[in-house]
Amino acid sequence: MAEPVIRLEQVRKAYQIGLAAETEVLHGIDLRLEAGEFLALVGPSGSGKSTLLNIIGLLDRPTSGLVAINGHDIDALDDAGITHLRGHTIGFIFQSHLLISAFTARENVMMPMLVAKGRRDAEMEQRSAELLERVGLSHVADNKATNMSGGQQQRVAIARALAMRPDLVLADEPTGNLDTRSAETAFQLMRDENRQFGTSFLIVTHNMALARRCDRIIAVVDGQIAPGVA
Amino acid sequence: MTRLLSFVWIGALRFLWEGRLQTLFIIGGITIGVAVIVFMSAMLAGLEANFIKRVLTSQPQIQLLPPDQVARPLRDEPGTVADAIVQRPSQRILSIDQWRTIQRRMLAMPEVTVVAPVASGSALAVRGSASRSVTVTGIEPDSYLQIVKLPDYLVAGRLRLSSDDIIIGVELARNLGVGLGDKIVLSAANGPSRVLTITGLVDFGNKPVNQRNTYVALRTAQSLLNMIGGVTTIDLAVRDIYAAEATAQQIQASTGVQADSWIKTNAQFFTAVRAQKNTNTLIRVFVGLSVAFGIAAVLIVSVIQRSRDIGILRAMGATRGQVLRLFLLQGGLLGFLGSMIGATLGASALVYWHSVTRQADGSEIFPLIIEPRLFLATAVLATLTGVLAAMAPALRAAGLDPVEAIRG
Ligand SMILES: Nc1ncnc2c1ncn2[C@@H]1O[C@H](COP(=O)(O)OP(=O)(O)OP(=O)(O)O)[C@@H](O)[C@H]1O
Ligand SMILES: [Mg+2]
Repeated sequence: MAEPVIRLEQVRKAYQIGLAAETEVLHGIDLRLEAGEFLALVGPSGSGKSTLLNIIGLLDRPTSGLVAINGHDIDALDDAGITHLRGHTIGFIFQSHLLISAFTARENVMMPMLVAKGRRDAEMEQRSAELLERVGLSHVADNKATNMSGGQQQRVAIARALAMRPDLVLADEPTGNLDTRSAETAFQLMRDENRQFGTSFLIVTHNMALARRCDRIIAVVDGQIAPGVA
Repeated sequence: MTRLLSFVWIGALRFLWEGRLQTLFIIGGITIGVAVIVFMSAMLAGLEANFIKRVLTSQPQIQLLPPDQVARPLRDEPGTVADAIVQRPSQRILSIDQWRTIQRRMLAMPEVTVVAPVASGSALAVRGSASRSVTVTGIEPDSYLQIVKLPDYLVAGRLRLSSDDIIIGVELARNLGVGLGDKIVLSAANGPSRVLTITGLVDFGNKPVNQRNTYVALRTAQSLLNMIGGVTTIDLAVRDIYAAEATAQQIQASTGVQADSWIKTNAQFFTAVRAQKNTNTLIRVFVGLSVAFGIAAVLIVSVIQRSRDIGILRAMGATRGQVLRLFLLQGGLLGFLGSMIGATLGASALVYWHSVTRQADGSEIFPLIIEPRLFLATAVLATLTGVLAAMAPALRAAGLDPVEAIRG
């Protein structure tokens, strides 16, 4: 059997508060996400969803437990190795502060390719134009991030997350700040990418209607996977 | 050009442009600092060059004099009490012993380029009821004019010196009410009087010098000063003007005559120049430091303002090294741009200052010396300062935890 895109075993995360005290936010999470899966992650506020997503996204390390992305155990990787793995296999869509305001929509989409290759080239020009076309934003490609509506910014962020043709896209409440129509557009874009290219998605959402349209729903309650959610 | 397409350059330029108000202010600060340094250094170099040029065209580079006369107390007579204090005798005008031999030896030295025997002393210049005391310098024009560039200072007449001719300073001419072609009487304390014809007027740009200096033929001076066949000094020009003091000491040791170099004679000037240079260095260091602190402060603020952007960049795969270089480059660019504008401004101010300030006689106060090397050195130094100053902010940016940065 092929390696799952995400494999978590007994992942715990504790935060230091003050000098002596510690608070554990994730209490032993087990999670598998197979290639091509489109997964919704739900749960009440403060339950640890973002914390979990940051660990899966290799932005943070767990206090204990195993994290493997595409079969790579991150304990075996140093900072440079983790950065490389993150840049080439994971795309991010954040809830807010989506884009870098100093850059245009096109440059934001190009950014993951630019940091990976170090130098701007024709191929990334083409790829970013293609992606902006797909999310319907060719006409604002050269707008600064700040000169776009929330829905447009979110679509740029989706285009950017897909730029490196990642195996996995992590989205933290990607539709949380959007009106219903923009949210629907954004969701459809992600779903299309998943169906067309088999990209795996892990989407944190409070919107149960959207969650139900995913392949699978996982609920996190108080830092643990809650059983029995369909 | 392709460099401008790299991530680090795109990012650095864009971040500087996005914070253009901060960028503008810090570049303004660097500009002022660099402009002051460039202006000051160039003007100082100009003034020094000007002074040295003046000294070297109006004074010998080495002057040989008879050794100091020393008094010998009489001690050996029985019954006399020797006085412990020996007074230095008044220095009579004395010829240099064996000066022909010394002249030949000087001509044989490879360091020495010109040897000019001179007989000089004090005399009274009289015209009608007006009289002035003057210094008579008897010269052999062929050699002497190679050392002291009298033609450069000649304002009227010719540099002809036959035995009845004299060249005097413009101030003396004014005081005595004489001009070209007029005759004046010169007499020294214990020599004969001579009637001489003024053939040239010189202006050294210095009133006392213009009042005292007169030039006659060597033989004329010898007869006036009652020292036929003798010379009071031998003036030398040397190949390496900055080695003049060493050469002078060597000559003094080998000939026994006193040898004074222009460096020793103008020791005060060199002390002043050294003090100026030290002050200048100090100012440079402090301007450099305040530029460095300014750049560091601006970049620290920028790192804090952009920590979310940095977090996003890191999430998208930017390495710590890339983030580090992104900020180091910003520091370098600030230093480079500020120094370029500052150097241009400083040079322009210098050109302007040079054009509006004039000496009393209308000549320039200092020659305009703007070396491309100064620009290059300033740019390199300022860029390096910028990169070093950016070190702390850049390390901070590179060390940002992306989770913290994104959560903001
Ligand atoms: N750096 C930190 N230090 C201490 N506690 C933290 C830190 N980050 C998160 N927490 C705590 O961990 C818990 C989980 O936070 P997390 O952001 O993962 O929740 P969430 O499920 O994403 O909530 P929401 O739905 O509101 O986004 C919270 O109680 C939070 O206060
Ligand atoms: Mg959250």
